[in-house]
Amino acid sequence: MNAAIAKALRAFGHFWWDFLIGDTPELALATGIIVALAFLVDGERVVGAILLPLVAAGFLFLSVLRGRRRAPSD
Amino acid sequence: MHNTSSTLVLVLAVFGASLVEMVEALTLVVAAGVSRGWRSAIWGAVAAALVLGVLVVVVGVPLIRYVPIDALRVVVGALLLVLGLSWLRKAILRGSGHIALHDEDRIYAKTVAGLQEPGADSGTAPVAGPHQFDGVGFVVAFKGVFLEGTEVVLIVISLGAAQHRLGLAALAAGAAVLLVGIVGAIVARQLSEVPENLIKTAVGIMLSSFGLFWVGEGAGVNWPGGDLAIPVLVAFWIVVTIAFTAYMKTTLPTAATERSVTR
Repeated sequence: MNAAIAKALRAFGHFWWDFLIGDTPELALATGIIVALAFLVDGERVVGAILLPLVAAGFLFLSVLRGRRRAPSD
Repeated sequence: MHNTSSTLVLVLAVFGASLVEMVEALTLVVAAGVSRGWRSAIWGAVAAALVLGVLVVVVGVPLIRYVPIDALRVVVGALLLVLGLSWLRKAILRGSGHIALHDEDRIYAKTVAGLQEPGADSGTAPVAGPHQFDGVGFVVAFKGVFLEGTEVVLIVISLGAAQHRLGLAALAAGAAVLLVGIVGAIVARQLSEVPENLIKTAVGIMLSSFGLFWVGEGAGVNWPGGDLAIPVLVAFWIVVTIAFTAYMKTTLPTAATERSVTR
C-alpha cells in the first residue's frame, strides 16, 4: 500500500517536473524572474507594461537559440 | 468591450489548445480502433474524457471558491506563461526548420504496427473478436486521450479560474472535443491535414499573453487600458514570433557547411 502511494507520488512529481521544467529550465527561470519583476514594479504602469513583455521575449529568444539543432544536410 | 476582448481570447485559446491536443489523441484512438476493434477504442476514449471532465470540476471549482483572486492570478499566470513560452519555442523551432513538424501519419503508422504485432514492443495480447472487449485497445485509447487531455485540463482550469469563467472554458474545450470526434467519426482516420503548428503557434501566443497579463494583474501592475492590454500583448507576441522564426531560418546550416563540418 505504502509502495503504491510512493509510486503515485513519484509519478505525480515527475509529471509536474516534466511539465514545468523538462528540457527548458530557462523558461521556468524566466517565469520566476518575471513574477519577481512584476512585484517589484507593482503599480508602475508604463514600466511594467514595457519591461515584462521584453524580458519574456528575451528569455524566449535565448531558449530558441539553445534549442536549435543542425538541419539535415540536403 | 474590455470583457469581450478577454473572453474572446479565452475561448479561442482553450478551443485551439483542445483542438490540437485532441487531433493528436484521435490519431491514437483511430490506430487502436483499426487494429484492436472500435468498441474498446471508443470506450477507452469516452472513459478518459469523463475522467478529465471530473478533474476540471474537482480541481477547478474549489480554486475559484476558496483561493484569493490575486494569488490565483499570479500562480495561474505563471503556469500559463511557462506553457505558452514552451509552445511558442517549439512552434518557432518547427516553423524555422530546426526541428521536424509533428507528423500524424508517421505516429499513426507506428502505433498501428505496434498494436498489430502480438507481443511486439509493448507486449500486446492477441486481437479480440469484433464484438469482444479488447483491453489493449481500451488502454491505448484511454492513455492517448488522457495524456493529451491533461494539458487541456490545465489550460481550462487556469484560464477559467483566473477569469472566474470555468464553465465557458470547459464549454470551449468540449466544443473542440466534439468537433474532432465528429470529424474523426465521419472520416474514420487521423486528421493529418490539420495545420497543427499554426494552431499551436496561435495558442502559444494567447497563453503567453494571458500569462503575462495575469502575472502583472495579480502582482499589482496596472496595465494601461485594463483588459485591452490583452490584444496588445497578443499583437506583441505575433511580431516576436514572426521575427524570431525569420531569424532562426537564417541560422539553418546550409548543405555546404554541413559537408565541411562532417569532412
